[in-house]
Amino acid sequence: MNDHPKSALLGVLPNDDILSQCIHCGLCLSSCPTYELTKLERSSPRGRIRMIKAVAKGEMQITDTFADEMQFCLDCQACETACPAGVKYGTMVEAARVEIENAGFGSKSGRLIKKIALKLILASNNNLKIAAKVLYFYQKLGVQKLLHKIGIFKLLSVKLYEIDEIAPAVSKKFSKKLIPEITKPGGQVKYQTAFHTGCLMDVMFAEINKDTVDVLSASGCKVYNPKEQVCCGSLHAHNGDIETAKTLAKKNIDAFEKFDYQFLISNSAGCGAFMKEYDKVLADDPVYAERARKFSQKVKDITEFLAVEKPIKNYGEVNKTVTYHDACHLAHTQKVVSQPREVLKSIPGLKIKNLEEADWCCGSAGIYNIIRYDDSMQILNRKMNNIKNTEAEIVLTGNPGCIQQIKYGAKKYNINVKVIHPITLIKQSILNNNNNS
Amino acid sequence: MDKSTKDKIKNIVGPVNFSDSDEDKLCYSYDGTALLHQLPEAVVFPDDEDQISRLMQLANEEHFNVVPRGAGTGLSGGAIPVENSLVVVMTKWDKILEIDDRNLTVTVQPGVITGKLQSEVEKFELFYPPDPGSMSVCTIGGNVANNAGGLRGLKYGVTKNYVLGTEMILPNGDLLKTGGKNVKDVAGYNLRDFIVGSEGTLGIITKILLKLIPQPTNSITLLAYFDRLLDSAQAVSDIISAHITPCMMEFLDNTTLNCVEDYTKIGLPRNSEAVLLIEVDGRGSIVREDAETVTRIMKKNNASFIRTAADLEEALLLKTARRSAFSALARKRPTTILEDATVPRSELPVMIGKVTEAAKKFDVTFGNFGHAGDGNLHPTCLTDERDNLEITKAHKAFDFIFNEAIKLGGTITGEHGTGLAKKQFLEQVAGIPGIEMMKKIKSVIDENNILNPGKIFSISPRCEGSLPSSRDQINDFVK
Repeated sequence: MNDHPKSALLGVLPNDDILSQCIHCGLCLSSCPTYELTKLERSSPRGRIRMIKAVAKGEMQITDTFADEMQFCLDCQACETACPAGVKYGTMVEAARVEIENAGFGSKSGRLIKKIALKLILASNNNLKIAAKVLYFYQKLGVQKLLHKIGIFKLLSVKLYEIDEIAPAVSKKFSKKLIPEITKPGGQVKYQTAFHTGCLMDVMFAEINKDTVDVLSASGCKVYNPKEQVCCGSLHAHNGDIETAKTLAKKNIDAFEKFDYQFLISNSAGCGAFMKEYDKVLADDPVYAERARKFSQKVKDITEFLAVEKPIKNYGEVNKTVTYHDACHLAHTQKVVSQPREVLKSIPGLKIKNLEEADWCCGSAGIYNIIRYDDSMQILNRKMNNIKNTEAEIVLTGNPGCIQQIKYGAKKYNINVKVIHPITLIKQSILNNNNNS
Repeated sequence: MDKSTKDKIKNIVGPVNFSDSDEDKLCYSYDGTALLHQLPEAVVFPDDEDQISRLMQLANEEHFNVVPRGAGTGLSGGAIPVENSLVVVMTKWDKILEIDDRNLTVTVQPGVITGKLQSEVEKFELFYPPDPGSMSVCTIGGNVANNAGGLRGLKYGVTKNYVLGTEMILPNGDLLKTGGKNVKDVAGYNLRDFIVGSEGTLGIITKILLKLIPQPTNSITLLAYFDRLLDSAQAVSDIISAHITPCMMEFLDNTTLNCVEDYTKIGLPRNSEAVLLIEVDGRGSIVREDAETVTRIMKKNNASFIRTAADLEEALLLKTARRSAFSALARKRPTTILEDATVPRSELPVMIGKVTEAAKKFDVTFGNFGHAGDGNLHPTCLTDERDNLEITKAHKAFDFIFNEAIKLGGTITGEHGTGLAKKQFLEQVAGIPGIEMMKKIKSVIDENNILNPGKIFSISPRCEGSLPSSRDQINDFVK
């Protein structure tokens, strides 16, 4: 390898210590979905870290292969769970992606999709809603079905056809119409909570947001839902656009500071994970560092809040057979593993089947299933096999991306299973209790 | 390695199984060993025995070196490339070929992951005991090549106790088959046992036949806390003297248990000087009796608390925590040099004291843990490879530890292998006639010294005057 000028990677990464912490013991290998697919060291966390180190130290240039391996990574962070040394793999791979983006690598179509999705749509509430409206009418007015029938997508490209299928059906009404800025509980106020609606959750899964607020208000929570809140910025950060992510983080801090609350509830694993990291993202910002720290401390996943604070006293019976899939950003990034299971165990009548490799990525991984469709499907295949083996009627999972991906998998492999967010089931349980009492 | 040689290699394995990209060379330049690394010239992923055989023949003709590799978790540098070398990666050979329920054997390809092998045979209520710390990742081929041990070695022995037969491609390209399903077999020299632990210097293993045993039905897992390090060592000696053989008896010192607790958060006692993780297993009531005796001995040796795993799940948590010890130590410092000096079990308390002494004398930090029951310690120096002065001190501390182990009748490596990391100490353990015999055997089997050369020992004229003095020379060699 030739000597190249030092890469800016070292500037992006907090310090050399993060790069040096991996002792290349290899304990991460068996946790990595991409290494399992290729059995190549360069598709493993250990191999990627070695390459990032080489690029950071100027021993190797960013190459197509390097860029491809960084994008091949799902950033599921299962390796961080597997790593006894506590290596910050996610930080490294995300920094590498920033570098790749700056250096102009990656496939043109992939970059275009990313650019449109991240810069134009997700970063702006209005644009996202306009896009969603267009999508909604496209789906609801039968244009989609018609085009599918004609098979025009198949003619254009199989991939485009499949991607169109992955895109979730848009909610009829967005969260803002369903959820007021302040929701008061029926009885006494026991908790002051704020709720982050998320961007995708807001337009694609507004009903889940509604369920979340309903459960909160039914359990004595006053719920603030700031109008000015925006996308959390996680998809931007994970795909190399840290600047937009920072801007969004600041907007959210501003929006939520207007209210006085104890817990900031998220029902989307990816958003919750990233909002818990605002303190790190804005650590060097003179105006926002301290405010970000306070903000992040209050962020809780909805299942975490329910399991720890136990605001629901009586769960009603739900006679269903379910299984639980760990969203990566819940299990590996937030380390929220036991809490959702504890909550589910409180529901009488519920049969919970153990899902093999429950914390193995489903392949959704943000916009991964769109920009790396083929890889994503190989990973989904493994997940669906495991789901099929549980013979459960319902798969529960706490992230919009996973819900969509597994729904798509159920359709693709013709598996008769419903995919819902745990909060939807919990709401049902509360309703059943109220009906019986 | 020139282009025409690379083309010939590519012809043998096919272009998809060949790479000489900078990225792949970099990603196969290391294994789990600290400080050592070297870029190979190319990497291949052979499909079958014939390809490996032709690669070996080509290596003899074109004078390049061949370095076999499994998952790359080794801790003595056995899979680290040498000069002008081709790395042969065997991870794709991951099929379990046969589980023979009547003869209690399993036939596997070398790339099968050890933990996976165990869970598959357990479906038949059979048991493959060797369980190296990296068993969730490491391959059985690497285990055989290094005669890997593990936590259960105390009662069940190590890899060599379970290998019934092997197939391997010799450096001249021939296929050598040894052993078979016979429980007894004394036809000729015992080549099979000789291959186990040969560290990829005599051939590339392509098939392995392993012995299985019936799975124990009961087990009890205990964790004993000690306020004094030496009390824990004495407890181990007393248990052995009481003629009880637990299936594992693992020791973690305060530094190690704190790192493990940081990772696992399972409630290890942060203030204890040491803990012992003990598992007794077997069938019937004897297991409980053994556990009671063990508990009594622990208490007699001032154990401050004894935690009994409530169920298999908790037992697994405790054992998994123990297996993470080496990597968890990297939470303290970025470079962890792990050795596995081993002494006769009766000398364990003395040896633990020597590690503490080494840390003080050379002003370095050690985390100490290991398989206390079989005298196999893993003193791990916590350091930073960016600090040359400290690395020099670490090497001096290890020289001291190895010498003390040898003085106590011990050995330089219990289960990791000699590889590159410990070859300078081999002569002290094996003696000159021993090393000379090894070299002669190697030169007969591998005439041109093409297969993993420079591992275990170097074939070169003996130095006149003083022996190589330090690890720097190994480092020079691999640079």
